[in-house]
Amino acid sequence: MAHPTTTLPQEAASLSQPPSKMDIIFNKSFRSLTYAFTWAMVLLLAAIVIKIGIKAIPAIERHGLAFLTTTTWDVNSQHFGILPEIWGTLYSSLLALILGGFFGITIAIFLTQDFLPHRVEVVLKSIIELLAAIPSVVYGLWGIFVLIPLIRPLADFLHTHLGWLPWFSTSLSGPGMFPAALVLSIMILPTIAAISQDAFRAIPHKTKEAAFGMGTTRWEAILKVMLPAASGGIFGALVLGLGRALGETMALAMLVGNSNQISLSVFAPANTLASLLALNFPEAAEYEVSVLMYAACILLLITLLVNIAGTAIIAMTGSGAKK
Amino acid sequence: MKHAQTAENEFHLPRLERQPFEPRALKSIVLSSITVAAAITACIPLFSVLIMLLYRGGKRLSLEVFYQLPPTAFETGGGFGNAIVGTLFMVGIAALISVPFGILAAIFLAELGPDSKVAITARFCAKIMTGLPSILAGVFAYAAVVVVFKTYSAWAGGIALSLLMIPVVLLTAEEAIKMVPRAMKEAAVGIGCTPAQAMVKVILPVALPGIITGVVLAVARAAGETAPLLFTALFSDYWLKAQEPTASLAVLIYNYSGMPFENQIELAWAASLVLVLMVFLLNIISRTLGGRKKI
Repeated sequence: MAHPTTTLPQEAASLSQPPSKMDIIFNKSFRSLTYAFTWAMVLLLAAIVIKIGIKAIPAIERHGLAFLTTTTWDVNSQHFGILPEIWGTLYSSLLALILGGFFGITIAIFLTQDFLPHRVEVVLKSIIELLAAIPSVVYGLWGIFVLIPLIRPLADFLHTHLGWLPWFSTSLSGPGMFPAALVLSIMILPTIAAISQDAFRAIPHKTKEAAFGMGTTRWEAILKVMLPAASGGIFGALVLGLGRALGETMALAMLVGNSNQISLSVFAPANTLASLLALNFPEAAEYEVSVLMYAACILLLITLLVNIAGTAIIAMTGSGAKK
Repeated sequence: MKHAQTAENEFHLPRLERQPFEPRALKSIVLSSITVAAAITACIPLFSVLIMLLYRGGKRLSLEVFYQLPPTAFETGGGFGNAIVGTLFMVGIAALISVPFGILAAIFLAELGPDSKVAITARFCAKIMTGLPSILAGVFAYAAVVVVFKTYSAWAGGIALSLLMIPVVLLTAEEAIKMVPRAMKEAAVGIGCTPAQAMVKVILPVALPGIITGVVLAVARAAGETAPLLFTALFSDYWLKAQEPTASLAVLIYNYSGMPFENQIELAWAASLVLVLMVFLLNIISRTLGGRKKI
């Protein structure tokens, strides 16, 4: 084939060679490597669920569903129940969601509805994003030494004057539900604000212009046109914020008081599933570990459901807005 | 003119110009002020945290906290050099695991099989995992590493942290690879690259800034995590030994915040200042790298 007289120069020949054996092997192994890691991602989540589930089996067999509805946690007599923790988790997250949701959505409106010059908007947006960057343990420290002394006069005032309301029926003795929920709301605010902003930005400009064209004031346009149009994304943002609040550990372990009781009062100490794990795991004996795994299972189940719901809501409304 | 007047009376046309104090204008003003107030209120915690960190942490911060070991109960002085080393070491392990894992999976998700069933499932799993409570990563690492090797260790802590980093790296790397212009990918294939060559020689270098942004953000998040380390790395008063309990800044802050000793509480504030500075620095790096294009 290669006639001596027509041999191309070495360089030209190497320009148009087909992939060498090495190239083909590299290509194949690279592809299968990426494929393998994609599977690994799926298996990793499955492994987490299965591993925690298996470790929990002894406790599930012994305590069954009574574990979820009893209130004692006594290592010596081996009586375990997590009703107060489930209550505390839901109650603190809900309080945080109300506060964080209000501020988060308001800030999203403030940042997307032309209230501010662009530069100020960018600065404010960065400040809100930096709120999310501060580690939760630092918020916990701040909560103990700054926030609790700060809100104690307010708590005392509410307790003495409105003590007949169930929410203020105890005084704030230090750590409690209210400071914990307050810090929690600061922590979920950036999540809610960011996703709500995306929802507002996804609304076509025409929609708002049409509203203004009909003579609405700024707030009539926001409340009656923009908010309903963005409601799907905002709802998703709230659900994902709830997911974060349910699983947050450190700030709660430091601020919620870790008391095994159910109380409607926001100033009473309480406990949550995540802080129960954080506090009891390091010193747990073998059987208690299994009990804690059962509690972890419950937490996993709750957060997985909430997160799947939130992701699905955003996926549905997001693709609907684009097309 | 006269004609217009009669028309107005006949049809009861409202006055169309905006009145400064009509109810709907007032409502608008009130709502705007509430919004401004809410935005300012939301900024207060950040500044309060920063000021307290600088005030209480700055007071205690000196060169020696960076190389001394933690003090015992009634001792004065001391530092948290071992905790800084521990945090860096464990975040390093986590990055070594999660960066290759995340990027390789992201390549498949973005380029090789974006619409395949496994890619869609993996993307969904990654999104769900970003919302996984960090303490559950610790619980898993405890069950999978600590129980098996029968000891708390820096390795277990690093593995727990990597579980939190993998989904972040994966999702941001996927976005970065997707943003590489179609034409460049086609040009690479057009001159005879195999898909793997196109990926390694053309697409990855172009997507690199975006990928690094994601990695740095993930590192920043992992550096501040406490919950996964509480019962995987535990804590130690001595210098790093990877197969034994290891100190970290975050766990040090948590442990010392509950102590009745003034010296320890001051150290907790100083450690918080160091940790927050580290995290903010990483955030600034990732923002600069990410540049104007948002990922």
